[in-house]
Amino acid sequence: MKYIDEFRDGDLARKIAERLHDEAQGRSYSFMEFCGGHTHAISRYGITELLPANVRMIHGPGCPVCVLPIGRIDLAIRIALEHGAIVCTYGDTMRVPASDSLSLVRAKARGGDIRMVYSATDALQIARQNPQREVVFFAIGFETTTPPTALAIRTAHRERLSNFSVLCCHVLTPSAITHILESPEVRQYGTVPIDGFVGPAHVSIVIGSAPYEHFAQEYRKPVVIAGFEPLDVMQAVLMLVRQVNEGRHEVENEFTRAVTAEGNLTAQALVAEVFELRPSFEWRGLGEVPYSALKIRPAFASFDAERRFGLGYRPVADNKACECGAILRGVKKPTDCKIFGTVCTPENPVGSCMVSSEGACAAHYSYGRFRDIPVRVEVAA
Amino acid sequence: MCLAIPARLTELLDAEQAIVDLGGIRKQVSIALVPEARVGDYVIVHVGHAIGQIDPEEAERTLAMFGELAAAPAALETTP
Repeated sequence: MKYIDEFRDGDLARKIAERLHDEAQGRSYSFMEFCGGHTHAISRYGITELLPANVRMIHGPGCPVCVLPIGRIDLAIRIALEHGAIVCTYGDTMRVPASDSLSLVRAKARGGDIRMVYSATDALQIARQNPQREVVFFAIGFETTTPPTALAIRTAHRERLSNFSVLCCHVLTPSAITHILESPEVRQYGTVPIDGFVGPAHVSIVIGSAPYEHFAQEYRKPVVIAGFEPLDVMQAVLMLVRQVNEGRHEVENEFTRAVTAEGNLTAQALVAEVFELRPSFEWRGLGEVPYSALKIRPAFASFDAERRFGLGYRPVADNKACECGAILRGVKKPTDCKIFGTVCTPENPVGSCMVSSEGACAAHYSYGRFRDIPVRVEVAA
Repeated sequence: MCLAIPARLTELLDAEQAIVDLGGIRKQVSIALVPEARVGDYVIVHVGHAIGQIDPEEAERTLAMFGELAAAPAALETTP
């Protein structure tokens, strides 16, 4: 497909790798790719093998399914099982483990009317078709997914759709990146020297490259916004190596075919009309992160499922054996976790990093775990 | 989760909807977030909504940049 295949050319990738080997010299480099989309691309396309040994990629917390705390999924399950509402959700959240050995898919098996939708618009349509039922859209995701939710709320408002509401769990990228570097837990886990960041692809289409400027200056860390195709990632790593070598800490944009400095202003205006900042929000693996999420503005209060059903949030601790907190910060690797690949697998995820295919552990389990064992090739005589 | 795919806009419909072509598959999406999109443009589709557009010139420029990179190490190799 156009604008995809060209950016997966293996010969070009190897040539960018050669240049990287030439230029990444005399020190080690650690870069964090924030987005799960990049984590997935790095594992799936074998980028790890193409990088020089002294360039290490740290997989960040940018997978909205992975960072969704158990307590929020419990809320969605309560709305379905205790309030009898139709809960519409993206497929990604269906298998995330929640309290009481439940998940949305298991709650569905217990009789909860939980429906997988492709779009917030589909949830609206279900509300129109079921005027006698409460319909709740379980809205998760970063800035990419927020504008479609805002659009659904505004449409419901205009149509005076009185049986539709949204359980809003939308989170913000820049505050989470900042949190990685300055949270109190950094002391607990120790610091990992992160030399720079591969910045989000599709999030940046919406918010633009400007929101990272302050971050790059204040923390003196280079940021290179990159597309999700393998050549994009390779090129971004090369651009980061060059910034480090030249002592620069700027925001550079590799994904210029889709990202501008100001982003999608139509989408931003819509999000600002419908949502406002939450003072604090719990991220699975990171804990409470100030001003890192959105809630529905009072003008649209009747569409806020938390108010509508009087839901109180109860945080739920992760499994003690889980190393997700340290892995999300780059202090540990998936293989450093005792339960990785044994108790915790994509079929039966215990911790957040194993939940979605974009999580650090799931990506490593699916594409990288065979690298951990020596491979013996027996050649027939 | 943030996965999105470039697709060619083939037909504008009413109510900020449009038909896009994804490698031969036709799908209806909302263009409420990219009201300036026109037939023939490549839009980036995420959860049923076009959230941005591809700038074809910038795409060419990025590909050319990969190409230049490809040429540079080869040139270095010729000088021992």
